[in-house]
Amino acid sequence: MRAGHGDLFVKGASYGALTALCVFMIFPFVWMLVSSFKPFPEIFAGRTFFPQEPTFANYLALFERYDALRKFWNSFYIATTATVLSVFLCALGGYAFAKFEFPGRKTMFAVMLASMTIPFAVLLVPLFVMMRNTFGWIDTPWPLIIPGAANAFGIFFMRQYMLSVSDDMLDAARIDGASEFGIFLRVVLPTALPGLASLGIIFFMASWNNFLWPLTVLRSEPMHTVPIMLNSLQGPPGRTAFDLLMAGSVLSVIPMLVVFFVLQRYLIAGITAGSVKG
Amino acid sequence: MSQLRTTTQAPATPGVAGARKRGALRALWRHRWPLLFVSPFFILFAVFALYPIVFSLYLSFHEWRGIGAMRPVGLANYSRLFTDRIFWNAMQNALLLFFIYVPLMTFLAVVIATMLHGGFLKLQGMWRALIFMPHLTSMVAAGFTFRLILDTHSGFANRALTLLGASPIPWLDDMWWARISLGLLMIWAWLGYNTIIMLAGLQTIPTEVNEAAAVDGASRVQVFFRITVPLLKPVILFAVTLSIIGTFQLFTEPYILTGGGPMRATETPVMQIFSSTFANMRFGYAAAMSYVYFVTIVVLAIVQFRLVSRGDR
Repeated sequence: MRAGHGDLFVKGASYGALTALCVFMIFPFVWMLVSSFKPFPEIFAGRTFFPQEPTFANYLALFERYDALRKFWNSFYIATTATVLSVFLCALGGYAFAKFEFPGRKTMFAVMLASMTIPFAVLLVPLFVMMRNTFGWIDTPWPLIIPGAANAFGIFFMRQYMLSVSDDMLDAARIDGASEFGIFLRVVLPTALPGLASLGIIFFMASWNNFLWPLTVLRSEPMHTVPIMLNSLQGPPGRTAFDLLMAGSVLSVIPMLVVFFVLQRYLIAGITAGSVKG
Repeated sequence: MSQLRTTTQAPATPGVAGARKRGALRALWRHRWPLLFVSPFFILFAVFALYPIVFSLYLSFHEWRGIGAMRPVGLANYSRLFTDRIFWNAMQNALLLFFIYVPLMTFLAVVIATMLHGGFLKLQGMWRALIFMPHLTSMVAAGFTFRLILDTHSGFANRALTLLGASPIPWLDDMWWARISLGLLMIWAWLGYNTIIMLAGLQTIPTEVNEAAAVDGASRVQVFFRITVPLLKPVILFAVTLSIIGTFQLFTEPYILTGGGPMRATETPVMQIFSSTFANMRFGYAAAMSYVYFVTIVVLAIVQFRLVSRGDR
């Protein structure tokens, strides 16, 4: 494009606008971090940006009084189990839709896509009743692992990915006498690894940050996940433990940020998959 | 699954019907692998979505406190719902909130994506990562942090404003400001996500189009409005549809940031469904509410789609 004064101005303005925007984006993280090292009174009455006498007391209290380690373990355990199971089942379904002809395939695919439009809130009441009265799954991790294990978004995503798996490779494996399930495990899954990573990050993130459904089914305190623990630190006006809350928030954000910066490429690939040519 | 069916329902009935039946079973058997592979989804869908939705419809014609016997009430739940000010107020809040943040967020996403696209600026990856970062945050953590920053008396936002000589703003204590604050949180959390979608969309536009326009003497701003935005329309439409659905599904953000207040100004439909069920124990009423809510979203999504895509053909 043309280079000139106009261009230079647009460039300068763009950098300025982006910088301002990024300050807005990052500031809550900064405030979370500095507040987590302040004692409770200083959070509200302090006059300085940085903590006057940084203290780890908030973090310690979180672990001593609220057994945060257990809540982190719960979150981690649920997110990992749910992610591994879902990624596997979605890959399986996506593979079938991408690489097989079978009776009713089109109808099944349409039903699956249509199911994506059902908002979760519609299922909230009946699903809760079912978990409590039929399965007896209240205060267990199962409601957070099983119902969403094979979901439409994941299968659709994996199908798009599996379309690019080479048919020749599959046929060669069949001629070698491999079973269909064996082909899936040994040929398809390894080639689809980047796709599995993308989907895995999305699922893990969603499970780690999930709030409404765990709030509904995890009633007793030792079963709580991290977001539910944070919510339980809420008190009547003026009594909310913001000191512990900020420490807990920092700890809850760190694993996600690590995952993001290590696996950013896969995450972005996952997000854009549905938007273009969706 | 298919194997089970072959063994249990294959008594060889003689005649044409029997032969056809055997043919169908044989086809099922021949396709057992793909059918087996997709069966987890359909089994889970039937048990954890289809059945609950049907049960919910049944429930919506009853009064039930979650335990004990259900009392059939006919259409009473629905008729009461249509005059329920609190529920319609929540629906209206969702719509208001949509107009507060979605147009601005979508516009910003397109502008930022355009800036970041095609090597015009340096450090593209860094800007993108920083703008996207909030999306990874638990909305519980983010909600509490925003609540702390926006606190009218001691929050950082008002202290900064006072320091600059401006008067403090009742961020969370005024009906409209509370909605705006919630919109701010939504933009903070979702702008990066939308920007990435727009960036992916921009990558499908051939660069020759922009170059040709530039050769013809169009300025960057003209190229943006006359070429980029129209070509990006399908992607924008996709993002806005997601935002409609997302706004009507809001729960965590208002639950944490404002608790639905002040004066129910930020209460959302899902908060209403939640509190009808678990605070008021009106399961049947909540089920009816979920149905009306669902139908409304579907209608809104269709209307939006029609409005925006009109004139494409």
